[in-house]
Amino acid sequence: MRGYRAVVDWHRLDEEPVRAEIELNVTLDHETGYDDIAERLARFDPVESLHLVSGEYDFMMEVEGESMREVSTFVSDKVAPVPEITQTVTHYVMATYKEQGIEFESDHDDDRLSVSP
Amino acid sequence: MKPADRVQQVPPSGIRRFFELAEQRDEVISLGVGEPDFPAPWAARDAAITSLERGRTSYTANRGRLELREAIATHVEDNYDLAYDPEAEIVVTAGASEGIDLAFRALVNPGDTVAVAQPCYVSYVPGVLFAGGEVLSVPTRRRDAFKLTYDALDAAGAGEAEMLVLCYPNNPTGATMTGDELSEVAEFAREHDLTVLSDEIYAALSYEHEHTSIATLPGMRERTVVCNGFSKAYAMTGLRLGYVLAPPEIATAMNRVHQYTLLSAPTTAQEAAIEALSSCDDAVAEMRSRYDRRRKLLLSRFEEMGLDCFRATGAFYAFPECPREDAGEFAEELLDETGVAVVPGPAFGDGGEGHLRVSYATGIDDLKEALDRIEAFIS
Repeated sequence: MRGYRAVVDWHRLDEEPVRAEIELNVTLDHETGYDDIAERLARFDPVESLHLVSGEYDFMMEVEGESMREVSTFVSDKVAPVPEITQTVTHYVMATYKEQGIEFESDHDDDRLSVSP
Repeated sequence: MKPADRVQQVPPSGIRRFFELAEQRDEVISLGVGEPDFPAPWAARDAAITSLERGRTSYTANRGRLELREAIATHVEDNYDLAYDPEAEIVVTAGASEGIDLAFRALVNPGDTVAVAQPCYVSYVPGVLFAGGEVLSVPTRRRDAFKLTYDALDAAGAGEAEMLVLCYPNNPTGATMTGDELSEVAEFAREHDLTVLSDEIYAALSYEHEHTSIATLPGMRERTVVCNGFSKAYAMTGLRLGYVLAPPEIATAMNRVHQYTLLSAPTTAQEAAIEALSSCDDAVAEMRSRYDRRRKLLLSRFEEMGLDCFRATGAFYAFPECPREDAGEFAEELLDETGVAVVPGPAFGDGGEGHLRVSYATGIDDLKEALDRIEAFIS
């Protein structure tokens, strides 16, 4: 157990943060491994989660900011310049349906009769 | 051509007028709804969809699919200590409402008297009249927390009746009765040889004590018809599915009426119900805990605003005393001025005068807003 956090359906709030899932490709050398790169990235505040994954890219990083500009700037100014990172692909999150096992219900219309026995 | 006398003698539902008033207004927050605000659990809906995809659209056995009756038998035994034979003592109906109608039509002879504990759900009195019976009203009282007592039965002359109808947890009051409290009703029924129709559709929504069925009390099983169903606990009102539990001879009589009118309860709904019983306990518990949270909010807010309300402990209703004598007039003005709909108590028969039925089958945000408006209105 490393901590607790509320699962928030941000869409229901007026100020909804911008989130992006970012794919990262890296090159390794004798001095630098995945752990070293991960350690460096994980220190950045906007990084919400960071996973080393199998498949076509190396890291899956989740970033949160107040605006698209803020997230974009973070990626271009802080992430892309890391020497081992060769490529970033940013996916902005458009809608969230489920998080940490919790489903975000859509507002279903109340189609009940307004008064019933 | 004109309608039959026995139909004409039944006035239109008192709720109807209020429904029409509320429908005319936009942006109503309704605390007047007698059904859950949740959709049926997904697993039950999914089972219904799957059964349609597989083309299961034929009739079932008159009494309902045996698999469902077996599941019902297990469910009522595990939860309420009710032991009924799925082959001979259970009939699956189109909602508990059909079960109630079947009980009257199968058990009431023309001129029989049926004692009805009131205030109550709106179908009992018309059901008795449609069956050719006569209604004896047994008012329950605020000072008894709307529980039915031996004294209330005695005072109303219910000993002369052939049958007694009761519903706990109660619509419209939200009252519940413990096994001990029910035992004096059972005593009265045994003494006066009454048949009992026990509507237990809200059995799963008892918040402060376990639900006891009157049929489990000594000498009661053989004289009791229990009605229950999926509408309230499983939020399946529109699927129209219920069941009756009764001794073999009575179940057979009810099934005779059922087989010539409904033939069988809706097949798709039966499929949903089988799934509901097998996998939806958690969903029911979650809904119950949300109702309970709202109930506590409602009762404490009523207390704060000085609205006198006994401690409602079941279903999803509270039954506060109306700050004005004429509950109908009050409810109309409340709707008119604040857009909050509640149902005046007299719509539910004797004993409802001067009260309001407030349903908390409404999301907590709307509920809070409605309570704020009620508070502003009465102060």
